Amino acid sequence: MDILFLLIPLSVSLVFLILGGLWWAIYRGQFEDIEAEGERILRND
Amino acid sequence: MTFANTKATTYNDTVVRQFAIMTVVWGVVGMLVGVIIASQLAWPELNLGIPWLTYGRLRPLHTNAVIFAFGGCGLFATSYYVVQRTCQVRLFSDKLAAFTFWGWQLVILAAVVSLPLGYTQGKEYAELEWPIDILITLVWVTYAVVFFGTVGTRKVRHIYVANWFFGAFILAVALLHLVNSAAIPVGAFKSYSAYAGVQDAMVQWWYGHNAVGFFLTAGFLGMMYYFVPKQAERPVYSYRLSIVHFWALIFTYMWAGPHHLHYTALPDWTQSVGMVFSLILLAPSWGGMINGVMTLSGAWHKLRDDPILRFLIVSLSFYGMSTFEGPMMAIKTVNALSHYTDWTVGHVHSGALGWVGLVTIGSLYYLVPRLFGQKQMYSMKAVEIHFWTATIGIVIYIAAMWIAGVMQGLMWRAINPDGTLTYTFVESVKATFPFYVLRLTGGLLYLSGMLVMLWNTIMTATAGRAVTVQIPAAVAHA
Repeated sequence: MDILFLLIPLSVSLVFLILGGLWWAIYRGQFEDIEAEGERILRND
Repeated sequence: MTFANTKATTYNDTVVRQFAIMTVVWGVVGMLVGVIIASQLAWPELNLGIPWLTYGRLRPLHTNAVIFAFGGCGLFATSYYVVQRTCQVRLFSDKLAAFTFWGWQLVILAAVVSLPLGYTQGKEYAELEWPIDILITLVWVTYAVVFFGTVGTRKVRHIYVANWFFGAFILAVALLHLVNSAAIPVGAFKSYSAYAGVQDAMVQWWYGHNAVGFFLTAGFLGMMYYFVPKQAERPVYSYRLSIVHFWALIFTYMWAGPHHLHYTALPDWTQSVGMVFSLILLAPSWGGMINGVMTLSGAWHKLRDDPILRFLIVSLSFYGMSTFEGPMMAIKTVNALSHYTDWTVGHVHSGALGWVGLVTIGSLYYLVPRLFGQKQMYSMKAVEIHFWTATIGIVIYIAAMWIAGVMQGLMWRAINPDGTLTYTFVESVKATFPFYVLRLTGGLLYLSGMLVMLWNTIMTATAGRAVTVQIPAAVAHA
């Protein structure tokens, strides 16, 4: 099952990429006024 | 700042219109091929003895046409529309966007020609030979540049949740395609996979399952999170839950692939890991489904007279149903009964016809009139008819396949007291015949609804004209 030596590291690095994305979103204030964001798409096209 | 109607102040809806129209066209084509092969399963003589029309060649054409042509064009159209509206900016590049349209149509045409001719890599949902794979890669990288370029130049600080889903779908599909399609070419139209045996099977189902997770789920959830609130005229039930839904879903999906290889040469622990993650997947899937359906809370009456909303909400019900059924089928003891039977086919179609099909159709019924400067589709009566033919078609289809699948599973495992098999394989085929005919009627109903949609789309487009939409004046906290 040599393939697991490719797929598992690949998936683990994806997990880090996902965590990095989440980290970026939180610390760049993406989630600050969160419920208002849902309303906004209804107001402007 | 005031500009005349220059490009910087308007949305690029040309490419959205092109993709939207082709979604309907390819939907008809793909589902027609589906109906043809469904008839062949009931009456094998219908391949007319012509090699190009045999089941083995048309079946990948059906799957490629409905997933990548119908579903793919639908995702291109809606993602380009949604990313511009929610970021309040024109697409990053008109030329690159046009390249994704023509390039993607070329990929589909290449599939339409090469698959019936018998050119295939023999990998499910990744059949296309290596020259086409390279073209797919070029188109996909361009798609990523256009999409993320648009997000990067957005005029709204917050990135709306639908864009996260579309973004994850684009990145994941790029990675899946590159790893799974790695092959050694031995001629212009022939190649061999870079992997062999069980290694190849594992890569294939890591790809296959994530194609379901990211292409057929994440992408269409992006669609759902924009068009359900828009059509219901209410914000998504819980925006907070939609964020949790996104991160939990993309984290969990990529570990579930081994459930496609239960009881094979794959190591047992790998199968068990796949099964456990498949069960965990139920939580984010249902969180998202409930979030979408509850968007209607306090406005349920809208379902009474809005067939578009009905398309969207019923699609979410099928999403909930198939994301419950999927984890159940991933349990090894259940899988021992269901695997290799038509139950799997039924499961796939409850997701494909029910979730992917209905959410795309509902979104297009919202989109098409707006793209042609109309208030609504040419005939709302036809939308209503489409809703009922599609829904009844799906129910007949999946009920027939459930019964056929469980029956096949039970017949195959039935053993006489002396240890011999009770039934020969061909007896189970014979017993399946009425269900194949029933499935065909379900498919025919679904296809006829799609033909009504094609007519309605043409009438809407010709009654209106291609309109150019102004980007609204910059929002407060740009």
